[in-house]
Amino acid sequence: MTVLDVRSLEVRRGGRTIVAGVSFAASPGEIVALMGASGAGKSTILRAIAGLDPIVSGTVAIPRPVGMVFQFHHLFANMSAHKNVWLAPVHVFKRPRVEAEERARELLASLGVGDRASAMPHELSGGEAQRVAIARALAIEPRVLLMDEPTASLDPARRGDLAATLRSLARDGRTIVVATHDAEFARACAHRVLAVEAGRVRDVS
Amino acid sequence: MTVRLAALACLALLAPSAAPAQSLELRWGGDAEGGAPYVEADPADPSRVVGFDVEVAQLLAAGLGRTPRFVQVGFTSIDAAATRGDFDVGLSGIEDSPARRARLAVTIPYYEFREVLTVRASDADKYRSLGDLRGRRVATLGATLAYDLLADAQARDGIIPVTYEDDVHPYSDLVLGRVDAVVLDAILAQRGVRRNAGLTNQTTPLAVGHYVGILAPGAAAMRDRMNVILRDAMRDGRLEAILERWDVWNEDQPRLYARALADASPYPVAASSLSPSSDAAGTLSGPRTWDAARRYLPALLRAAVITVVLSCLSMALAIAAGALIASGRIYGAAPLRIALTGYVEIVRGTPLLLQLFVLYFGLAAFIQLPAFVAALLGLGLNYAAYESEIYRGALEAVAPGQLESARTLGLTERQILVLVRAPQAFRLALAPMTNDFVALLKDSSLVSVITVVELTKETSIFAANIGSWVLPGLMCAAIYLAMSLPLARVARRIERGWRQG
Repeated sequence: MTVLDVRSLEVRRGGRTIVAGVSFAASPGEIVALMGASGAGKSTILRAIAGLDPIVSGTVAIPRPVGMVFQFHHLFANMSAHKNVWLAPVHVFKRPRVEAEERARELLASLGVGDRASAMPHELSGGEAQRVAIARALAIEPRVLLMDEPTASLDPARRGDLAATLRSLARDGRTIVVATHDAEFARACAHRVLAVEAGRVRDVS
Repeated sequence: MTVRLAALACLALLAPSAAPAQSLELRWGGDAEGGAPYVEADPADPSRVVGFDVEVAQLLAAGLGRTPRFVQVGFTSIDAAATRGDFDVGLSGIEDSPARRARLAVTIPYYEFREVLTVRASDADKYRSLGDLRGRRVATLGATLAYDLLADAQARDGIIPVTYEDDVHPYSDLVLGRVDAVVLDAILAQRGVRRNAGLTNQTTPLAVGHYVGILAPGAAAMRDRMNVILRDAMRDGRLEAILERWDVWNEDQPRLYARALADASPYPVAASSLSPSSDAAGTLSGPRTWDAARRYLPALLRAAVITVVLSCLSMALAIAAGALIASGRIYGAAPLRIALTGYVEIVRGTPLLLQLFVLYFGLAAFIQLPAFVAALLGLGLNYAAYESEIYRGALEAVAPGQLESARTLGLTERQILVLVRAPQAFRLALAPMTNDFVALLKDSSLVSVITVVELTKETSIFAANIGSWVLPGLMCAAIYLAMSLPLARVARRIERGWRQG
């Protein structure tokens, strides 16, 4: 059973083909790593799946909403970690505010940053900001979670923690697609590793 | 060679008193904006001035064996210019007053005028004197005998004085119903009635005053020579001929001449028929200046309230309109973007003063905005253009990642603007906004040209009254600072508060 199905994906930016002929699928509970050097097109594939970059040709079948965790997290700078997490459930999914706030607190706690709920984004460390960003993405209950270069802001010990966190999220049935250039991390957490080179993918696991 | 000649020419310009040709000139100051019959640009040759004051200047120059040279001076700053020595004598329908006598050398009067009440013809029976105008707006020129009359009547009869910077708009606004009467001297009143249909002058004069020449305080000797020339011209009919030529001769003048010729002192007649109590305000000895300061302080503070209220309301309008313009320019369709860009460029590219004139006087034929409303709209819509540029810049400075992460969460563009983009942009905009608010606070002084009396205008009335800018200027500056400094503090506190979440 597949939950994410990417077929013959082609993305252009500024008249240049960034990604061409990319096809892959993922099933529930599966972690797929897109691995490659920077500039290989990993991020672009994620952005196209998330709907941020327009697709020239090909199809992406994915259940919405899609959870996305950016390399630099992009937490909303004008609100607390807590509000970052409950904002979309309240304003997009019309959850009752009290319920959404409670759920946000649980998510933050489950990711180990429950005590940082009232902190502003600029007061968080890189690892804390990433976990808040994961909580924010999970709060909209996506079946697929996309993560762009999640290890970039983490020291080696934290990378192990993150791999464990992703494994546990996947055990709950979520599909996770991780773009990374970190081979060790990819091996540690992914069920399947796809190598991205010059805008194309190839299964290397 | 040419270089040396040019250098010599420069030297000659730099040392006017050394040049012999200069000493043969009589520099006389006047305001050509005052218009006929006083001083106006010659319609046939706008580089020349004509008028009865021009001919009185020629009369004086001829008597002194000099060539008259006209120096343009704004009417409201003519006393200060005389004190500074910008000209030898000022002649521009300048009224005699105890204040002027106290701080300048003043010639004998060369013309006697009556202060006249002008009303709409339909009101002629209703408004016969200032006493009939309780609670009504009565227009005049600032810093004149007529203004003193109205200030007295404000205390006595409860009229509302409205001051103008020129003598044309009081009458056009009377026709429009913005004011219910005008008090000015008979020459201006007759011209006002001639130019505007439906107005009439009440026959009973409110007061009598005189036009004089003014000289620098130390120029008593020159003043005495001019008095001799003026008395000669009264005796031999040359002054009468000038006044006849400009159609301002009347039966009051021979009586004035008789008194001026019977008494050889520098001040043969009283400055005006106003009660001495209001005249006494003009003199400039130390304790009286402090008295004047005490008397004017409440008026200055009231004017400061106008400044604050006007500035706050204008800023609120500027912020609201500016935010709409900025959003329109970022999110709007092409025609809207073009229209808004045009608005911003036109408003930024033309003087605020011009916009105020157009709003208040220019549009009067279609829509008669009350002065305060016109001031509020003028300032608010002008500053809206500047605010919109600040907001547009600030909105575009919000990191694209913030917007992308909001989009992946499913927020609509409107929600992104309200919840994420605008709050972050507002923080970036706060410092320049504070800057603009302080600038607006001071630019609000421009609205005095459309008859709103705010702090700066009240200060200039004060200064004209006591004949010095030193104390009024200091008081005015202190009040402006008292308003703008707390503003900066509040803004800093808001910024700090944000940083702390």
